[in-house]
Amino acid sequence: MLEIRWHSRAGQGAVTGAKGLADVISTTGKHVQAFAFYGSAKRGAAMTAFNRVDDKVIMNHEKYMEPDFVFVIDPALVYTSDVTVNHKENTIYIITTHLSTDELVASQPKLAGKKVYTVDCIKIAQETIGKAIPNTPMLGAFMKVSGMYDIEFFKESMKRILGKLPQKIIDANMFAIQRAFDEVK
Amino acid sequence: MAFDKIQLKDIEVWDGNHAAAQAMRQCQIDVVAAYPITPSTPIVEGYAKFLADGYIEGEFVMVESEHAAMSGCIGAAAAGGRVATATSSQGFALMVETLYQASGMRLPIVLNLVNRALAAPLNVNGDHSDMYLGRDSGWIQLNAYCPQNAYDLNLIAFKVSEDHEIRLPCMVHQDGFMTSHTAQGVYTLSDDAAYGFVGEYKPMNDMLDFEHPVTHGVQTEEDWHFEHKARQHNDLMVKVMPKIQAAFDDFEKLTGRKYNIVEKYDMDDADVCVVCMGSSVETAREVATEMRAKGIKAGVVGLRVIRPFPFFEIADALKSVKAIAALDRSSPNGAPGMLFNEIAGALFNTDTKALLSGYVYGLGGRDLTKAHLVSLFTELQANVDAGKVTTSLQQFIGVRGPKLSFL
Repeated sequence: MLEIRWHSRAGQGAVTGAKGLADVISTTGKHVQAFAFYGSAKRGAAMTAFNRVDDKVIMNHEKYMEPDFVFVIDPALVYTSDVTVNHKENTIYIITTHLSTDELVASQPKLAGKKVYTVDCIKIAQETIGKAIPNTPMLGAFMKVSGMYDIEFFKESMKRILGKLPQKIIDANMFAIQRAFDEVK
Repeated sequence: MAFDKIQLKDIEVWDGNHAAAQAMRQCQIDVVAAYPITPSTPIVEGYAKFLADGYIEGEFVMVESEHAAMSGCIGAAAAGGRVATATSSQGFALMVETLYQASGMRLPIVLNLVNRALAAPLNVNGDHSDMYLGRDSGWIQLNAYCPQNAYDLNLIAFKVSEDHEIRLPCMVHQDGFMTSHTAQGVYTLSDDAAYGFVGEYKPMNDMLDFEHPVTHGVQTEEDWHFEHKARQHNDLMVKVMPKIQAAFDDFEKLTGRKYNIVEKYDMDDADVCVVCMGSSVETAREVATEMRAKGIKAGVVGLRVIRPFPFFEIADALKSVKAIAALDRSSPNGAPGMLFNEIAGALFNTDTKALLSGYVYGLGGRDLTKAHLVSLFTELQANVDAGKVTTSLQQFIGVRGPKLSFL
């Protein structure tokens, strides 16, 4: 079982990202689950979304999770939410920030000693898609860090999932995924 | 026909709401009258989009309340249409008066009830309070544990509900958010196969059949009211289960997916078991397997059909087990939980000496964790070892503050 927790703000696309990732993984024969905690959903409110991936049908519907990966797609949530809650010894963090990994860990001591990767998904999204929608770049970074799939396969899959959007937006998302794949450290 | 078909993948990643909307599209509903409410909104939104995009030939009626939504469904069903809608929680509560009209008038309507807590305090998350509110309304109630079930049971619901020997409305329940907003792989049927399974709708006593005029919504006082109600109850008690079983059998032949009126998991040699509904059934199954590795012979019984209540099937499922936990996700507000009472009734005149205890859990969407279930199975085993229920008969799982227990 592979488990992922997303930290996001409502409106940044974590649910769409989690469902998109689940869709891609499902096509490779694995079983998937994607869900979220909304609360009284207001745009900008902190929220969490979740992925589970397994070789067998996923029966577990508990919301509690000790994640293998934590994605943080809004830079401020590292300080205002506890992104390390229910962590495991080997939990891997991929965090959106303009800081370097060392600067980030220095600014949030809870991350000290943990496996932390950083990438500026907000900036990448702004420069490619034209909007601060950091979900698809985060998935590009995840492909690099996890080595889950070949990046070209992943981009082709995401093209299908984004299929109903205008071609210009799809192309921009592909640039965003590739840039985050290349830039995550 | 004047609509387009959709080419689905063999496995689509859908949440429970979208699975239900797709099933409604494939059944080609004539009329949906709806007033959207969280967390069921995407079902009727989905139907409306399919309709607007030309994938359905039908009518979407926007109304001013859930009372009007069900009233619109009743009118359309009485006229002779295939009818469905969806709601949750407060919306369902507002529908209650009309639910009894729908079942009393013998109108085969399918209602997707995406289960959510009832206020106050206001809460949009999933529990079974609304589902329990509907249990005396004369509807058939089918229970989904995951998005796959939500899709499959919608198809089955139309087949059972519209059968001319039944003609009773049917609710398909799924857990708000835990199923309705959780995306998982769903094995699909082609549009033709799904429609072929449900079949073309053949109305009975429809008001638009001018050759055979009928009256709907009549008044009967003490002269006939009791006979009508008794006959409706008779059909629920006698006719519905065999039709559900037949629909499950046909569905298994078509898809390979087997549904049962009572879903047993590892019950053949189980010493302890939980009885529950909704997504908790699947989590409990996973924990039961883990308990067996620890030496506790655990099983799970899930209700697939809530109404009519599977009285004999549940007694049979529980006949050899030594300790039973009945898990109710609705506050009984001054009584034992519904499942506790129903199970006690089903077992009372049997030979079983099983120890029965009740638990209230998960209100307002409170998580039922695997750790809770591990404690629960362990407690049941302690009851077996002691030869008696060692706790109060009613306990609360997962509530903060001092431990609550009653009875």
